[in-house]
Amino acid sequence: MPAKRIGVFICHCGLNIAGTVRVKEVVERASKQPNVVFAVDHKYLCSEPGQTLIRDSVKQQHLDAVVVAACSPAMHETTFKNVVQSAGLNRYSCEIANIREQGSWVHDDSDKATTKAHLTVRQSIEKVRLNEPLQPITVPVTRRVLVIGGGIAGIRAALDVANGGYEVYLVEKSGTIGGRMAQLSETFPTLDCSTCILGPLMVEVYRHPKIKLLRLARVEEVSGYIGNFKVRVHQEPAYVDVAKCNACGECAKVCPAELPNEFDLGLTWRKAIYTPFSQAVPPAYVLDAKNCLGLLPQACGECKKACDEFGTSCINLDAWPQTHELEVGAIIVSTGYELYDATKLTEYGYGIYPDVMTSLEFERMLSASGPTAGEIRRPSDGHVPREIVFIQCAGQREPETALPYCSKICCMYTARHAMMFRHKVPDGEAYVFYMDIRAGGKGYEEFVKRCQEEKGLLYLRGRVAKVYEENNKLIVKGVDTLSGKTVQINADLVVLAVGMIPSSETHDLASKLKASLDANGFFSEAHPKLRPLESPTAGIFLAGAGQAPKDIPDTVAQASGAASKALDLLSSPTLEREPTVAKVIGELCSGCGICIPLCPYTALSLNPKTKVAEVSEALCEGCGTCIASCPSGSLSLRNLTDEQILAMVEAMVAT
Amino acid sequence: MATAFEPKIVGFLCRWCSYAGADLAGTNRMKYPSNVSAIRVNCSGRIDPTLVLKALSLGADGVLIAGCHPGDCHYTNGNIKTLRRFKLLQKMLDQYGIDRKRVRLEWVSAAEGEKYAQVVRSMTDEVRTLGPLNWKTKVELAA
Repeated sequence: MPAKRIGVFICHCGLNIAGTVRVKEVVERASKQPNVVFAVDHKYLCSEPGQTLIRDSVKQQHLDAVVVAACSPAMHETTFKNVVQSAGLNRYSCEIANIREQGSWVHDDSDKATTKAHLTVRQSIEKVRLNEPLQPITVPVTRRVLVIGGGIAGIRAALDVANGGYEVYLVEKSGTIGGRMAQLSETFPTLDCSTCILGPLMVEVYRHPKIKLLRLARVEEVSGYIGNFKVRVHQEPAYVDVAKCNACGECAKVCPAELPNEFDLGLTWRKAIYTPFSQAVPPAYVLDAKNCLGLLPQACGECKKACDEFGTSCINLDAWPQTHELEVGAIIVSTGYELYDATKLTEYGYGIYPDVMTSLEFERMLSASGPTAGEIRRPSDGHVPREIVFIQCAGQREPETALPYCSKICCMYTARHAMMFRHKVPDGEAYVFYMDIRAGGKGYEEFVKRCQEEKGLLYLRGRVAKVYEENNKLIVKGVDTLSGKTVQINADLVVLAVGMIPSSETHDLASKLKASLDANGFFSEAHPKLRPLESPTAGIFLAGAGQAPKDIPDTVAQASGAASKALDLLSSPTLEREPTVAKVIGELCSGCGICIPLCPYTALSLNPKTKVAEVSEALCEGCGTCIASCPSGSLSLRNLTDEQILAMVEAMVAT
Repeated sequence: MATAFEPKIVGFLCRWCSYAGADLAGTNRMKYPSNVSAIRVNCSGRIDPTLVLKALSLGADGVLIAGCHPGDCHYTNGNIKTLRRFKLLQKMLDQYGIDRKRVRLEWVSAAEGEKYAQVVRSMTDEVRTLGPLNWKTKVELAA
């Protein structure tokens, strides 16, 4: 039954819409459309008085359908559908006309913006007229969560969900959880020892009865939808039995293969059988099959011999990769960050001069468990540097040549690094080249000030133009914009604060999850302010630096937030899905079966008796690709039929 | 006095990528011509080529179909199906004597507000240069 009494509500959004669109004129023109019995404007329709206006008008004017012309449906479609439902109508008797994001905000010309707003409203009137009342489809929820990435974000999220009473799979690509935070020496602004505060959480994850840790694992395939995801995880073998290994290290002693240790960013060496770091969780050795002299066929086997002789006989060189088929209701993505490739910043000479290092390499050097046991040494000759230069914003805030954004944490850790340097080398001199000091955060500004004043750090406001080597010194040429003079410093060590970029698997994972990325390759959030913990793809939540550069407190807060979102989803055994799915008009279907292989969700099948296609509503996602393929026009999408689309086209092209 | 020709272009935007990209252009206050009116569809794969032809026959001067980049489709590969159908559609346009430039398929991600604005600008310019299609009048005259 087409709607007969349509109400049109047009929002000013303060001046956001009314500043460009002549709202009164749009009301006037809407009221003349067929079956529109009521049209009115309001300053803020999403406000309580605005919502009351809609609710009361539906009742007083006996409306059977509503068009709300306001911001994008991505913003408030749910809000207004709820309002309409609370007024006694079916929630699908409401359509949103987007006259802000795709109207007033993109058109300067008031006449044109007003005309377009009118056409957009008219289009929505035509659509809502032909909408059918629908009831949400109820589906069961798998009450388990998958967390991807075992850094501090994944650890916190996994613990929160597990403590909330639900099972968690924590997938980690490397041999241990801990992530970037495990590599840090201290954390700003309190100077807590990073491992000391992270370690207990890692152990808690490992011991938690509700958390299943899958390390050396990668997500291979994701299917399903919110509440019912199916995830295939590929797990490489560790070749070492975690239950038996007591981390004695006899295996590593005899291993002949030596390679750069990733945990120390290549500043130290490790064997092919190794423990990533001393507090690694699980606390066991792991065999790096890629760098082992050979397993198939076995080339060496010394580690196994040593383990059988001196250790606990825990090495099994015949282990095979495993595939896990997981069923979960929600996915938390906490894939973290990597560093921008500093070799691209040729002006600083990273990769050419050994004494130019990244801040994370410097961080490892500060760490008591690092390559120099916490002493600051030049990588080239092992001498203690006297003059050190820190270059902030290295390759950051440079839209033309490198990263356009600010990584948010570098001002803080650089102050800490410079302060630690002065602490460890009291007669040394630390120079920091900076653009601005961005120390927004609790206690952050005070921390930077304290470092600068107490430790006598020399902050120079300006960029460095070039770093080159001369007589065993690194010549740093830059400019101090406050004095307007060029500066030359003959340094022993240069530390680059390079920016954070999404970890290398992010793009691939995003494709599998159908989760969108932003312009810089980080995971997009559903709304930058109001839904920062969710991906636009329902059931996928975001935590940590995979969404945007952030520090540890923000990461932990976001992880707990994402966990509570997942718990919210799991709190009910069922959830409601959009009923705007495909339908078959049986009498038109010829049973050709063209549509059936096109469905990515196997929601279509041919009824063997009637020879007519059938849609499984629980499986259908409503993409509509089957409809476009149907040669007899027997498939249709609920509330976006061909008839509706053409009516909308007519509404916008008719003069 | 004749006013300058302003083309009417129907935009079919997939909700996950391109509609979100168009919204982003708005959030960032990028400016583009008002000639494209968007219809939000779940997936560009929903767009049956006949819908495009019907839109042109109803009076549209151009049709823009925009979806997620290949590999990024929310529904696995609906956009690839669109691409295949689009190739066939282009051949049909030739047979109808309709310039291929009047129907565009573009990949616009949710992060590409600027790209959406750019697509609308260039397509509006192109169709404006081509002039009115007037298929509706022609169809009516023939009938």
